[in-house]
Formats: sequence, C-alpha cells, structure tokens
Amino acid sequence: MQQVILEAKNISKDFHDPITIQVLKDITFSISKGEFVSMVGKSGSGKSTLLYVLSTMDTDFEGELLIDGESTREKSESHLAHIRNEKIGFVFQFHYLWNEFTVLENVMLPGLKLGKFSEQEVEHRAIERLRRLDIEKLALKKASQISGGEKQRVALARALINDPLIIMGDEPTGNLDKKNSEIVFELFKKMSAELNQTLLIVTHDPGFAERTQRIIELEDGRILKH
Amino acid sequence: MNAKLIYRIAASLLLARWKQTLVAAIGVMFSITMFIALLGFMNGLNDLLDGLILNRTPHIRLFNEIKVNDRQPIAQVPKFSSAHNFIHSIKPTETRREIYNSQPIIKAIQKDDRVLGIAPKINTQVFFNAGTIDISGVINGIDVEAERRLFFFDDYITHGTSKDINIMSNSIILGKALADQLIANIGDIIQVTTPQGAQFSLKVVGYFQSGILELDKVQTYTSLATAQKIIGKSNSYITDIQIKLKNYEWAPGIAKEYHQRFDTDAEDIQTVNAQFETGSSIRSLISYAVGITLLVVAGFGIYNILNMMIYEKMDSIAILKATGFSGSDVNRIFILIALSIGFSGGIAGIILGFLISKFIDDIPFNTEALPTVTTYPVNYDLIYYAIGLSFSLITTYFAGLFPASKASRIDPVAIIRGK
Repeated sequence: MQQVILEAKNISKDFHDPITIQVLKDITFSISKGEFVSMVGKSGSGKSTLLYVLSTMDTDFEGELLIDGESTREKSESHLAHIRNEKIGFVFQFHYLWNEFTVLENVMLPGLKLGKFSEQEVEHRAIERLRRLDIEKLALKKASQISGGEKQRVALARALINDPLIIMGDEPTGNLDKKNSEIVFELFKKMSAELNQTLLIVTHDPGFAERTQRIIELEDGRILKH
Repeated sequence: MNAKLIYRIAASLLLARWKQTLVAAIGVMFSITMFIALLGFMNGLNDLLDGLILNRTPHIRLFNEIKVNDRQPIAQVPKFSSAHNFIHSIKPTETRREIYNSQPIIKAIQKDDRVLGIAPKINTQVFFNAGTIDISGVINGIDVEAERRLFFFDDYITHGTSKDINIMSNSIILGKALADQLIANIGDIIQVTTPQGAQFSLKVVGYFQSGILELDKVQTYTSLATAQKIIGKSNSYITDIQIKLKNYEWAPGIAKEYHQRFDTDAEDIQTVNAQFETGSSIRSLISYAVGITLLVVAGFGIYNILNMMIYEKMDSIAILKATGFSGSDVNRIFILIALSIGFSGGIAGIILGFLISKFIDDIPFNTEALPTVTTYPVNYDLIYYAIGLSFSLITTYFAGLFPASKASRIDPVAIIRGK
C-alpha cells in the first residue's frame, strides 16, 4: 500500500454571494504517493474550487482535509502557510513570477522562506532544478525578459524547490500554445516517472487528462468517477 | 534568514517603484528639515531672550529689605500678647542695608553643593552730576571675577574691559544710555553724590549694554572696594549675596531655607520673573505643531504610495502567500518599506535641517538692544535631531500600518482565480 499524501473527507463548500449555492458536495477521495492525477470537469463543476480547498489557501469549507496525515482544521494562518511552503508546490495558469527578480531568485524564494538550507545550498538546489527543466541558461535573466513558455517552466522549478509532497496545478497549460503545452506536459510526466513526484493537475483539456494515470471527474460539485 | 529574506523582498519592491519612493522620502525629508530648522531657530531665539533675564538674574538673592518691623513693641507687653492688636500708621524702621555676618554666610553657602557659585554685591543709590542737573542712578559694587563667571558680565560690555574696574581704583563702567545722557566718554571723570551728601570722582573705563534700556539708564558697575569707599563703609560691607544654583528650578525651596537659616530676605528667580517661561513654551509649542503637521502630510504621501504599490503588486503578494509566506510576513515587508522611507527621509532631513540651521546662523542680525548678537541665534541641541528622527519613524510607521495590514489580508485565491 502506497503512502497516502492527501485525503479529503466529506468536503462541502457553499458560496453565499449573491445567493447560497453549494459548489462542492460531500467529496471524499485520497491521493497516494507517486500518483499523477488530473481533475477534469466542465466550467463551473467546482474543480478549481476543490483544488484551492485542497491547497489549504481556502479554509472556508466543511469536512476534513488531511495533508500528510495532518488535519488542516483549526490551524493558524501562519501554520497553513508553512504547510504550503514545505509540502505543496504550485503551478498556476499564470506564472506569477517577480519581474524584479532574476529567474534564479524567483526559484529560490520559497526555499529561502523555508530556511531549511543555507543560501548557497538553496542556490545550488535551484540551479539543479533549472537544469532538470532545461532552462539553466536563463538563471541570471530577469523574469520579465523570458518567454511565456519559459516562464511557466520557471514556475515549475519554483514549485519543486522544497521537494514538495505534491504539486498542484491549476490549468498550467491553459495559457500556452500547443508546442509549449507539450513541453510542460512532458516535464510533468518526467517528474512523475523519474522522481515519483505526486501531481494533481486541474485541466479542461481532455487530451492532457487522458495521458495521466488517474482522472477525477467532477460535475456540479460531485465526483462522477475517480 | 527570514529577516534577511523579508529585507530583500522589501528592497526589491522599493527599487521597483524607486521614483515614487524617492518622492515619498523627499516629502519626509522636507518635513524633518523644516522641523529641525524651525525648532533650532525658535529655541535659539528662546535661549537668547531667556538669557537676557536668566543670565543677568541670580537664582537667589539674599538682602535686607526696607520694611516694617515684624516685632512691634505692643507685642512684647505680656498683657496684650493673646489679643488682636490694631496699629495704625506704622513706618519702616531704619534697617541696615548691610547683610550682617556676611563672611560666615558666604562660607556656609559655598559649602552647599547645590550651589554653582556666589557673587557678593553692593548696591547703592547715587546722583550723577551733569552740569547743574543731577541724574539718579545706581552703583553696583561687584566681584568682577564672579560676575564674569556666573552672569556673563563680559557679554554686555561694549567698550573697555571689565577687569579695568579691578585694576584701576575709582573707575566705573556706565550703562550706555546713561553715558549718553552724561556725555561721558571713556577716560572722562564723572562726579557722583552719595545719598549721604558726599562727593566723589570716578573715571569712566567702559560701557555696558544689557539689552534692556531702562536698566542701561540707571545701572553702573564698579569694584566692591570702590563701592565701599564711595559710601564710606568697611571692607566687609555688602548688601546683596547673589547665588547661582546648579538647577534654577530648585530656587524657591532653597530661598525659603536660606531665609530661615541666615535671617535675611531671600528672593528666588521664579518670583522675580514669573512670566519669562510663558513665551518660550508657547514658541516651542508652535514649532512642534508646525513640524508635526508637515510630518502628517508626508505620512499621507507614504500611505498613498504604499496603497498604490499594493494594488500594482497584488499578484506578487498573492504568490508569496501561496508559496508559504504568512500574513504577518507580508505585513512586515510593507512596514519595513514604510520605515525605510521614513528613515532615509529622516536622515536626509536631519542633514539638510542642520545645513539650513547653519545658514540661518550666518544671517546678520544686528539690534541695538542686543550688542553681542551679530547673527540670528540658532540652537543645535541634539535632542531636536533625535526627536526629528523618531518622529519621522513613528509617522511613517503609522502611515504604513494600514496598507500593510491590507496587504497581509489579501486572499491569494481571489487574486489567482480572478485571472
């Protein structure tokens, strides 16, 4: 039995504005180490909402969320921030890089925040991750000087800096052209295969989802299959 | 590690908007500059005006006042001792102006370590003879060394030197206004008549100007020995003991103590010049009010710039929070930005304020009333610089507080999903 990394137990969530709508209904599932999971569903099915609940950034829900066996209920904001820092890596549709920093500094930022390694070690780890993603030569460029596809790869390197238990992606290829989408997908696949990295990616691209190990399909806030 | 990282992020945000940052810092700088220059100038003026009175006035003066005897004969009759006695038309008795036992008193006071120094003095009325007219005036017999040390006597001598009255017997320093009335030049001999009717010749060796015309019209100075000679008294005769304390605020208490201990009248500076502190405190109050108003305006500038920065950097803040920075980290980043604007502006303001103070200090300022003052007075007390810097930090801290807490409450989900 593989180690369970993320476990959702009876998660429900309501939106109250302008009228109360239940967006997530009694969701229960778990993700084990090394799984490459995609989460699909139509627009408004609640897949992104679920991802942000699972990310610990959205705490306004009912039910229970366990990350690495630890419940996120009743935890302080700064403790949740620490969990995100150490155990979760994020890739969003938009890259969210700091334009004032170099690529290398952007990648180092969460690592410096964790403070587990010295600055030199963090820098070394960042370069290693950039090399793995074939963008080592960009390390000293400003984030504003590189292309969209490269930015998304830098965001991926940033997500990897602290060796997270799980990488969460919210439409990471949504803003990219076909070629760059393919590159990013291949990188995900490589991480899954070579590093046994756990991945949970929200997408609306069926072609992307089909090639993952496991698909969680949502409709109207319920899990259709997983 | 964390502190260093927060410092680096704050620095990068500052550099990203360096123009706005510079404008904000310049705002703080000008406020602090004005604050320093204004307070330095106002307090320089205060010191000058206070000095007119404080420097010239002993903190405590021991003397014998001409007054009605407290012990009237009727009180000594045992029969009436328990009754209320009404006595009409009492006149002051012939009291001696001399302080009895002056030498032991001076010795006793010198032993008191609350006392900075003492200057004995003889004070007597005379008439100055100018042709057929007699002008009334006062001769002060002084201990020149003590007066110079305690009451800055030399600051008020416009011609001649104060030491001359010690060196030359029968010499006198005249108030400038009185000298003009007498048409007495330096080196001239003037005639005085004492209240007892004796005539005396004195040589003019200098002028003094106190800045208070009424004083300059009547006051003259000579040595203790010459004064004793003029009124025909022995060399232990003195009428006043002027005392300067280490802290003039102690004066009322010590005056009361000496009054009982030495059985003389004792007057403290607060009683003599009750009004002198009022003007100073109001001038300081105005300077502080102007300075703080300027800083508050600068504070609003900083508030605006931080708010703008937060709107522009919403995405960056969201990703910081998503990747593990807590709300309090974000809060600290923006407080640090505000404080560094305040600190750099404050330091620049202090330097510029000092330079402007220097400039004011060099502007010529000549007035008849103040002979020793040639430029505007400026006070360089370090305390104003310290207050200026701490004010700049406090105001910018408060200006940063609200935007920082707004930034710390940014919900990353709302930003990231809103794209």
